[in-house]
Amino acid sequence: MRFPLRSLILLCALAVFRPAEAAHNIRVAAAADLKFALDELGMRYEKQSGSKIAVSYGSSGNFLAQIQNGAPFDVFLSADIEYPRKLEAAGLAEPGTLYAYALGRIVIWMPADTRVDLSKLGWKALLDPDIQKIAIGNPEHAPYGRAAVAALRNAGIYEQVRAKLVYGENIAQAAQFVASGNAQAGILALSLAISPPMREGKRWDIPTNMHPPIEQAAVILRNAKDKDGARAFLIFLKSAEARKILESYGFSVPASAKSQ
Amino acid sequence: MNVEALLLSLRLALCVAAILLVIGVPLAYWLAYSRWRWKFLLEAIVALPLVLPPTVLGFYMLLAMGPRGALGRLWYAAFGHGLAFTFAGLVIASVLYSLPFAVQPLIASFETVDRKLLDASSVLGAGRMRTFRRIILPLSVPGIITALVLSFAHTLGEFGVVLMVGGNLAGVTRTVSIDIYDRAQSLDYAGASRTALLLLVISFVVLSAVYGVNRRAGHRAWASWPMK
Repeated sequence: MRFPLRSLILLCALAVFRPAEAAHNIRVAAAADLKFALDELGMRYEKQSGSKIAVSYGSSGNFLAQIQNGAPFDVFLSADIEYPRKLEAAGLAEPGTLYAYALGRIVIWMPADTRVDLSKLGWKALLDPDIQKIAIGNPEHAPYGRAAVAALRNAGIYEQVRAKLVYGENIAQAAQFVASGNAQAGILALSLAISPPMREGKRWDIPTNMHPPIEQAAVILRNAKDKDGARAFLIFLKSAEARKILESYGFSVPASAKSQ
Repeated sequence: MNVEALLLSLRLALCVAAILLVIGVPLAYWLAYSRWRWKFLLEAIVALPLVLPPTVLGFYMLLAMGPRGALGRLWYAAFGHGLAFTFAGLVIASVLYSLPFAVQPLIASFETVDRKLLDASSVLGAGRMRTFRRIILPLSVPGIITALVLSFAHTLGEFGVVLMVGGNLAGVTRTVSIDIYDRAQSLDYAGASRTALLLLVISFVVLSAVYGVNRRAGHRAWASWPMK
């Protein structure tokens, strides 16, 4: 009876200790607004370097809580620079690795079949009686939600549209609320509004001076298993090629993020 | 602790439990006594929410409630607004979500009623309705309580479906489980754990009540479910 037991243990051991297939295995926690841009960036990087990039998308606030409780990520790409700063202050980030990789933009987005003339009305489009629900990210923990509320206040219509607001758990869920037609308008990340599934809709770009800048920042985590891989990936993110991809998804890249 | 969210969850759970009792009793009666050969298909449908991830249910509900969904169009025609992000929308989604938790204990309970009593009742000239009211219902009280309490408790703890169709509106769709999630995300662990603890206590009390009632009644409605 001992033989099958031993081979069973051996089998289990083999299953656990598989030799690494890739040069590096980098686990990235990324803000939901990066969904499409980072898919492409990751694919390019995997091709170039032979490393593997495993991305989890979600709300930045949620990742902050998870990382503080030991979530196994190497890199954190936050939609808000405050979260990585908090990690740094708590000693959970690799010192000196924090940098702002992009500035996010917000837009008003409506499905293509809307009767509201968004490009002509701009902000006023949200006051149209046809618009019964406006989806935004949850301002309590989604940076894009906070920017949306700030912009609505600056536009002077927050009190008027307040009752219409519905909150997505993160900005991608807010986008899905509008794309599925359950909300008639949304204040979304530009990066999502110009992504393939939403490109057909109508959008109006909110001027950047209407809200505090959405500074998106990256940091390598203290507990990262593969710090070299993580560093190499961040260097790639600063490259001209990566910047071009980020820009094609509607991010503007701050001057400080340009390495070469 | 967010009292508003707690009250909302209680209101939602009460509505859902009441509606499920009204729908569940005739449905369970039919499922318990019908000899229709395709009955097992309906049984499977009723049990689906037990195994489906709430995200699947929530996803379908969101599509159904939207302007391209049948439910959404019907609702829009009747009330002039969509169904997602409303309390009514949550109630409808939760009724589906908790359906097996009401129907299965009821079926189990109806099935344990002694056939001889039913035969005797019918021999003595009572119609089906009268037999149901005078024999089956009184003998199924523990099962009915179990169904009520379980659908109440299950709705109280609902999260995935609410997250998918709720839109997180304070006082309308921000239930206590969503509130806990929000607090945990905003790093308000003290607030999250206070509410979480309260929910834990409520759930424990509710389940103790179910086991207590079933024990006193010496009835197997709970024991025979869901292992039947």
